[in-house]
Amino acid sequence: MSDPLLQRGEEIELGFGPRHPAIRGVLRLSLRVDGDRIVDCCPVIGHVHRGVEKLFELQPHADNLAHTDRLDFGAAAAVNLAYAGAVEKLLGIVVPARARYLRTILAELQRIASHLLWLGTHAADLGAMPPFFAALGERDGVLELCERYLEDYFESDVESEAGQDAGERLRLEGIRLGGLSHDPPAGWVERCREFVESFPAKLDGCAGPLTENRLWKKRTVGLGVLSPEAAVDLGVTGPALRASGVAWDLRKALPYEAYGEVDFDVPVGRNGDTYDRYLVRVEEMRQANRIVAQCLDRLPDGPVLAEPSAFEAKVEDETYHGIEGPRGEIGFYLVGDGTANPYRCHLRAPSFAHLQALPELCRGELVGDLVALIGTLDVALEEADR
Amino acid sequence: MGSAPVDATAPAEATVLTTTYDRIFDWARRLSVRPLLLGLSCCAVGMTPALDPRHDLARFGGEAFRAAPGRSDLLIVAGTVSEKMAPLIRRLWDEMPDPKWAIALGSCAACGGPYRTYAVTQGVDRVIPIDVYVPGCPPGPEALLAGLLELEKKIGPPGVGA
Amino acid sequence: MEGAAEDPLAVALREELGEAIESARTLGGDLTLQVRREAIAEVCAALKEKHGFTYLVDLCGVDFPGREPRFEVVYHVCSPAANRRVRLKVAAGEGEAAAVPSVAGVWRAANWTEREVWDLYGVRFDGHPDLTRILLWEGFDGHPLRKDFPVEGIDTGAAAATAKAGGSGGGEA
Repeated sequence: MSDPLLQRGEEIELGFGPRHPAIRGVLRLSLRVDGDRIVDCCPVIGHVHRGVEKLFELQPHADNLAHTDRLDFGAAAAVNLAYAGAVEKLLGIVVPARARYLRTILAELQRIASHLLWLGTHAADLGAMPPFFAALGERDGVLELCERYLEDYFESDVESEAGQDAGERLRLEGIRLGGLSHDPPAGWVERCREFVESFPAKLDGCAGPLTENRLWKKRTVGLGVLSPEAAVDLGVTGPALRASGVAWDLRKALPYEAYGEVDFDVPVGRNGDTYDRYLVRVEEMRQANRIVAQCLDRLPDGPVLAEPSAFEAKVEDETYHGIEGPRGEIGFYLVGDGTANPYRCHLRAPSFAHLQALPELCRGELVGDLVALIGTLDVALEEADR
Repeated sequence: MGSAPVDATAPAEATVLTTTYDRIFDWARRLSVRPLLLGLSCCAVGMTPALDPRHDLARFGGEAFRAAPGRSDLLIVAGTVSEKMAPLIRRLWDEMPDPKWAIALGSCAACGGPYRTYAVTQGVDRVIPIDVYVPGCPPGPEALLAGLLELEKKIGPPGVGA
Repeated sequence: MEGAAEDPLAVALREELGEAIESARTLGGDLTLQVRREAIAEVCAALKEKHGFTYLVDLCGVDFPGREPRFEVVYHVCSPAANRRVRLKVAAGEGEAAAVPSVAGVWRAANWTEREVWDLYGVRFDGHPDLTRILLWEGFDGHPLRKDFPVEGIDTGAAAATAKAGGSGGGEA
């Protein structure tokens, strides 16, 4: 029997993952390759399926909010906000203005953190190491700012050290149903302002070496082109959709929190390739910084949490609430049955759709570019698998 | 070096090192573990900052992450182990040569964490033997460093001499 | 809720598709149409081709054990041009006879989402190109999001078998 590897022109099956140094998370790809070209690719997910949607049905809404942190390690606040927003919509809770602005600030800081993590790892996957260290270093600064939000929340040093191991660095704990847990500690707003002023220069330091770099462009321009029709048909959202030329951003289309009250641009690409997806995300970081600056300037006074009576409603209704997370549309479909627990709680995860779109990007590309293609979609396996 | 003659009447411990092969090998292994990259979920992102200059895993010799199980001796299970993934973790463990150790990083790896569900293995120690458990959700990089130091104590006592 | 029946979209769809649209309500602020199971693919195609609902936001299942048929498949569709979101619901049961026509031919996004509903609820989709489990593994027994499936699962001794067998088990779906 002849060895298939020795026969030229025949396709062979190649397994990629589920454990691979280039994959962030656990993803298996079944590839069919013809020489160096990918003929087809079939993603296999579910390796981090935790049964979260089943757990949601057994706990009250406030407890579920704690579970939503772990559904997206890059930007926990985004999933928190989506869930809190869905519950608030279902129960008719009105979030005070100050809380809406602060939540917008936290959401945009987490968008910056998520995109910086993406930038560092994507650059490292393509062989550019200095942006990896630069971006992750800057991300540390953003996470520390988010962590400082809880600075005075704990009553003693012991508790705040416990906070370290309870993961407040990654999981921002401040968002609550109806607003936030507490007002920012003294000095936090000033620290935030300092960050906003220094961030554009830091971003130039991270992304500047890449944007006009000949090698970077050679590796990303024209790679993994996704047409606007295919993107919409496959349910792709977020920066990947906008890079294909579709100007759809939930912050503009269906404004939530304070997005309707601030000015910002939504970057839209033209070619739908890896380079455009890079440019869109870098510009989104700049715009996120702009949003944070405006929210800090316009921060109203007042309470940060809705009245306790607002939480007593037990509603038999259903609702869908979607927000623009860093990866795309994060949505929750909630069905209430008149009890404190949701009857059904379904997470619409952007990464689920993006992984389904991965074969569309991969067909015809080189195996060596596969890592860049997985990176350019910025997938988070926890939210895809739930 | 060689500038003064050795005092033949001095106690042997002052001038002669006696040890065993085992102790030398343990000393070398302890200070140069080769972890295998196995980031499963959020704890992996808690693990990555341990490599940065601030936390500096390299101080303890553990920064040389390896991609292939055949070249590594420490399996750091970082994240939730699903029942779908468990047999694959077992296979990775089996492919690692002896001597080998395993750290369960995070609450999910230690005991299933908050996920007492049909899909999650309630602790990776149901599938492979674990040497050190590092609790947290996710644990900070300092916790991983502490776990690594515990492991080093387990691999062998400090020092090389008898 | 009587506003939903007069909604121009609901009126237009009723005219085009007649009894395929069983009812129209407003739930959670969105127009919600109850669609006859056999006609869902036709309704989705009309929404996409004639009314600009090119984006399938989400597709999921819900289990109502007290009802007959017990499952509901819920579709959220969106028209970016009109900036509008609509919810469709279909009642579905178990087995081939109560299968729902697949809409994977209308929106490619429906492919994996329908597999997920099959995986977690056991609802079949007629005409789906590859109706296999997606989050769980082939060989898993049961459909976990059904209300009568215990959250901690059914102990089949799989983990113990894996540890004993030393990694020769499957799981590579």
